Amino acid sequence: MIRGVVAALLLASGVAFIAVASLGVARLPDVFQRMHAATKAGGIGSSLVVLGVLVAGGVARPLTGVLTIVLMLLTLSVASQLLARAAYMSGAPLHGIDRGDPLAGVLDRQGGPPDEGAGPPPEGGGPPA
Amino acid sequence: MTTLDLAAVATTLIAVLAVPLALAAYRMVRGPGYADRFVALDMLTAVVVSLAALTALATGRGAFLDVGLGVVLINFVSTCAFATFLERKRGRP
Repeated sequence: MIRGVVAALLLASGVAFIAVASLGVARLPDVFQRMHAATKAGGIGSSLVVLGVLVAGGVARPLTGVLTIVLMLLTLSVASQLLARAAYMSGAPLHGIDRGDPLAGVLDRQGGPPDEGAGPPPEGGGPPA
Repeated sequence: MTTLDLAAVATTLIAVLAVPLALAAYRMVRGPGYADRFVALDMLTAVVVSLAALTALATGRGAFLDVGLGVVLINFVSTCAFATFLERKRGRP
């Protein structure tokens, strides 16, 4: 009984986290802010849902759920860091930064936003690799 | 003794998860850059793992948890590969 209530609370809070995260993905103005919403809130939300399913019991293989949570928490952060680095280096626009770009001399950055086959390429787009 | 029907709760939450699915699909279709689409893919992965876990609870079949595990692994590898390609891209491909 108590276990069922705890499981239902975990499931509902996980779904609420996922809803907020997807709202952020749809509404925020910038790749990096969208990633901030998707990775952290989305990872926590789905981990909570899987944990709720494990707490509820009645599922044959609980080890798979534990493995899913551990792998998700480990890999989502690494993958989003790689993706953010690649997006910065390919020149994705930054919004809401008013004191300059703190990574300006650290990573080399391509000139404009990455176009997808429309319009001319940005002038002098970075040094050749 | 009142019993809490967890299968019904899971079914309701599956229906609620249609909204995050739609918002992530909107970003996937709309998003102006390649990186936006992969952020939407990350979000879709989180939604799909939750859907798989809730389906496992709603139907009582533990095999749906394996679906979630597979989706997590595939998403990690694909995001790493895509980030490598985007980082290597200079100017037009």
